[in-house]
Amino acid sequence: MTVLNSKIPAGPLAEKWSKHKAAIKVVSPANKRKLDIIVVGTGLAGGSAAASLAEMGYNVKAFCYQDSGRRAHSIAAQGGINAAKNYQNDNDSIYRLFYDTIKGGDYRAREANVYRLAEVSGDIIDQCVAQGVPFAREYGGTLSNRSFGGVLVSRTFYARGQTGQQLLLGCYASMNRMIGQGKIEMHERNEMLDLVIVDGKARGIITRNLVTGEIERHGAHAVVIATGGYGNVFFLSTNAMGCNGGAAWQAYKNGAFFGNPCFVQIHPTCIPVHGEQQSKLTLMSESLRNDGRVWTPKKKEDAIKLQKGEMGPNDIADEDRDFYLERRYPSYGNLVPRDVASRAAKERCDAGFGVNAEGKAVYLDFKYSIERLGQDVIEARYGNLFQMYEKITDVDPYKEPMQIYPAIHYSMGGTWVDYNLMTTVPGLYAIGEANFSDHGGNRLGASALMQGLADGYFVLPYTIGDYLADEIQTPRIDLNHPEFDKKEKAVNERLQRLYNVKGSKSVDSFHKRLGNIMWDYVGMARNEEGLKYAIAEIAKIKEDFYNDVRIPGDFDAMNIELEKAGRVADFLELGDLMARDALNRNESCGGHYREESVTEEGEAKRDDDNFTYVSAWEYKGENQEPVLHKEDLVFETVELTQRSYK
Amino acid sequence: MSSFLSSSIGKKLIMSLSGLFLVLFLLVHLILNSFLMFDSTGELFNAGAHFMAMPVIRFGLQPVLFGGFIVHIIYAIILTLQNQKARPQKYASQNLGNSSTWSSRNMFVLGGLVLVFIAMHLMHFFVPIQIQGNVHDDYQLVKNLFTNGSTGLVYTGLYVVGAILLGLHLAHGFWSAFQSIGMSNIIWRARLERAGYIYAIIISGGFIIIPLYLHFFA
Amino acid sequence: MADKVIKELTIKVWRQKNAKTAGKFETYKINDISGGTSFLEMLDILNEQLINDGQEPIAFDHDCREGICGMCSLFINGRAHGPDDDITTCQLHMRKFKEGETITIEPWRAGAFPVIKDLIVDRTAFEKVLQAGGYISVNTGGVPDGNAIPISQDDAEEAMDAAACIGCGACVATCKNSSAMLFVSAKVSHLAKLPQGRVEASRRAKNMVAKMDELGFGNCTNTGACEVECPKGISIANIARLNREFLAAKIKD
Repeated sequence: MTVLNSKIPAGPLAEKWSKHKAAIKVVSPANKRKLDIIVVGTGLAGGSAAASLAEMGYNVKAFCYQDSGRRAHSIAAQGGINAAKNYQNDNDSIYRLFYDTIKGGDYRAREANVYRLAEVSGDIIDQCVAQGVPFAREYGGTLSNRSFGGVLVSRTFYARGQTGQQLLLGCYASMNRMIGQGKIEMHERNEMLDLVIVDGKARGIITRNLVTGEIERHGAHAVVIATGGYGNVFFLSTNAMGCNGGAAWQAYKNGAFFGNPCFVQIHPTCIPVHGEQQSKLTLMSESLRNDGRVWTPKKKEDAIKLQKGEMGPNDIADEDRDFYLERRYPSYGNLVPRDVASRAAKERCDAGFGVNAEGKAVYLDFKYSIERLGQDVIEARYGNLFQMYEKITDVDPYKEPMQIYPAIHYSMGGTWVDYNLMTTVPGLYAIGEANFSDHGGNRLGASALMQGLADGYFVLPYTIGDYLADEIQTPRIDLNHPEFDKKEKAVNERLQRLYNVKGSKSVDSFHKRLGNIMWDYVGMARNEEGLKYAIAEIAKIKEDFYNDVRIPGDFDAMNIELEKAGRVADFLELGDLMARDALNRNESCGGHYREESVTEEGEAKRDDDNFTYVSAWEYKGENQEPVLHKEDLVFETVELTQRSYK
Repeated sequence: MSSFLSSSIGKKLIMSLSGLFLVLFLLVHLILNSFLMFDSTGELFNAGAHFMAMPVIRFGLQPVLFGGFIVHIIYAIILTLQNQKARPQKYASQNLGNSSTWSSRNMFVLGGLVLVFIAMHLMHFFVPIQIQGNVHDDYQLVKNLFTNGSTGLVYTGLYVVGAILLGLHLAHGFWSAFQSIGMSNIIWRARLERAGYIYAIIISGGFIIIPLYLHFFA
Repeated sequence: MADKVIKELTIKVWRQKNAKTAGKFETYKINDISGGTSFLEMLDILNEQLINDGQEPIAFDHDCREGICGMCSLFINGRAHGPDDDITTCQLHMRKFKEGETITIEPWRAGAFPVIKDLIVDRTAFEKVLQAGGYISVNTGGVPDGNAIPISQDDAEEAMDAAACIGCGACVATCKNSSAMLFVSAKVSHLAKLPQGRVEASRRAKNMVAKMDELGFGNCTNTGACEVECPKGISIANIARLNREFLAAKIKD
């Protein structure tokens, strides 16, 4: 018997959420004023939650490490946001969005959560429009839609290539209104470093003021973690430089189980790594695959010449080009889902057909669509992306194909939560990318924004009431409680320990070492031997880190190296857990590809008999083996089938 | 209303309106001055000058004109001081050459130089004609200034320089006034900028040609 | 794609311990930088070098490194976001610099943006302006269907042009008067162009301008430098609109 209770309501799928809402408790307006809620992170999930909760009357304290809440990395989402509005009359429906998401996630997500997500998706669009998000419009004034990978309907709403930015500015504006009214207390440049639990309930956090270096105590009746994903474990990723797993990791160390840590998404169309000097990877929108053809040379000798720079892509005749996605997946072609496209690129490069000096790039060629549609059409569709590509690489993609390569992009895994989005710690919630719940093994394009806003606007504001209704007698949290003393001391000791190593190597040097191991052994293709090797190597890096890291500057002042060191300390442990989870899950599923589990044709093979569960890991203490709990996934509605894009 | 006048946009509105008023005055002034070139007997110009000395204009419109100047100058000083204060620490290196025009960045300096010129100009003509009232032939007074053997060339040169400074001030000021009132958008901006340049060329060109004509041809 | 390698560069950079102490320029040498390296990666490399030498690395703001979060904010060789057009600092690449060049790096300079440390400035003045009115007063839930209010494509596009502002502060940094008019006008225009935003347009324009004035930004003199250096090409036509909105609102008072 598992200790996990997902609290999925009984009853038909389509009625679960409405029945649940009717059954859960509600807090009266007079009592809401007496309750405090901490929201860590101000991206789409955190921002929308903070604004909504404050509007309802709760006192919200919001935190972000950036200098402004509006800079959270949700801002970088380009493509769009899905919603089952059926505005295009193409037979879209809540069920269809639900089904696409479950299938796209390779049947490793909860039916009830995903259905709820699809159910509230339409409300999100209405809300965003009301806030003034300038979505693209038709001439008649109605909302415009575009189509996205892996689905057969047009349900993606967008604001040019800056949808994430516009949605974030929308919910940040709502936050600002509440900040102005004093209902949200905003703490910028402030990072959560520990969770305070009093009598088994989450009652506050310990943070570091990144400007002054002061360690601060903040109390509340409930704590919400909305700090996004942990892709920066890989050092190089499309995440922002400051994105970290710190808050989620502290939650884990305080008893919140961590769900499916090995599920990370690798995005197929990023600008390849060049040389050794890079710190960050840049994503090129998935939409480019609508009009670009992906290829590598057919002949090895051509590839070698390309790698040496002795010839260019335009010197290779059409018949000598291997359009490997069209060859392998004739029905979906260049539009196969992200995980499939990424693995295919890796396969070609591993076979020696990579096209840049490092041998780690493939071409995305617009020559054919320019011939077919004309340059103006391509420019109208992708002009800003092409310009960005040229700024970065100095290559004109109208004349020469783009070089692309997969990169770490999104974490499907995250803090385990029940149907109410509460973690295994009472009063501690996780929303958005920070939780594990809705995307299973692989996320569909334009669904991350949908999930973040669904959680923040329409799920958490209801479900948190069920918990807080029992807290109305609890007075303001006393910051002098011994648990706060204890946790503040622990944070200080943890930071002092890092600061006092006074070693010889920079924080980044360890982060890069970790990233290389993660990418090579816990990246796009994983196997038992490699994962075991990775676990051993990560332990070595961790040991070296605590013996040889150098953090210059003052301890009790702004100290960026100290901030980074704290994050890398978390990543070292998180990387270890990811490898353990990947080792346990001996099946290929979504973004997780085990070389031991493939079909005869070399495609990923899921193992539903043995792995139809969520792995939820429990922390057992420093250098102790974590314990795996399994939440069995019960599919009442959909039938599990092997994905095929042939 | 007081909060309106003390707001940044309110102050700029005053700059714009006083500026546009002075812009209009310049046109009237130029038309009147052009009489200098069309009648070498000076009768036409003198008639114009006498008209401008009529009590209605002298006691009705002139104070308004001076008021316009004074408001424009006072608000320029207030705004400039505030702008200076907004950046207490300057950049060690700042390269604005490719992002804005020289005249747009130096309106206060240009305005100050134009003011110096105006002071000289008032001494030459306004004071003897309207204050001292001892001039019988205004045309001769003007002509003498620019044709007088030893100083004629110098004054001609100074008036040309003054007109150039005024032109530069107008090149930015004309369009800028419309922008500050809010009477501009992406389409109208190009039109207004062009109109501003044309207007600056007409005004400044006119005021350049007149002393040159008087010096060399009268 | 083969980028040249710059053998040596001199980096002259503003160092300031904190808001209270005076700062000064320090000069560093850096070698073997590929033209394909981004400017911030060059600073990462320089910082690695400084750490290895036992010195404190240079503090600078940055986050997404994709040109959208608006966090990076360097004044490079006399220009906000450096010597290239329509980009943020993180999108600037070293191929824009010459062998042996001295690169001067300063923080945004404005009274309203005090330096926190080295190249990091405090831009919360922008947030205060937004809190004064940069929103539509609508609660979560109970809103009409997204298609209930038709919005012409032109209006939606124009609103989007203004909404593209990333709030980096380059406009203030560039403006000879440290004026925040481009930022404020972009925020006001975005909402003013949409029917949802018209409802409280007057209140918004008045409150945001009043807050902007209070925070010590300079006055706009329409030089247009801001729109040239703006990484998102926000037009000063928005400033004209803000002037219009503000004047119309004040006339009603």
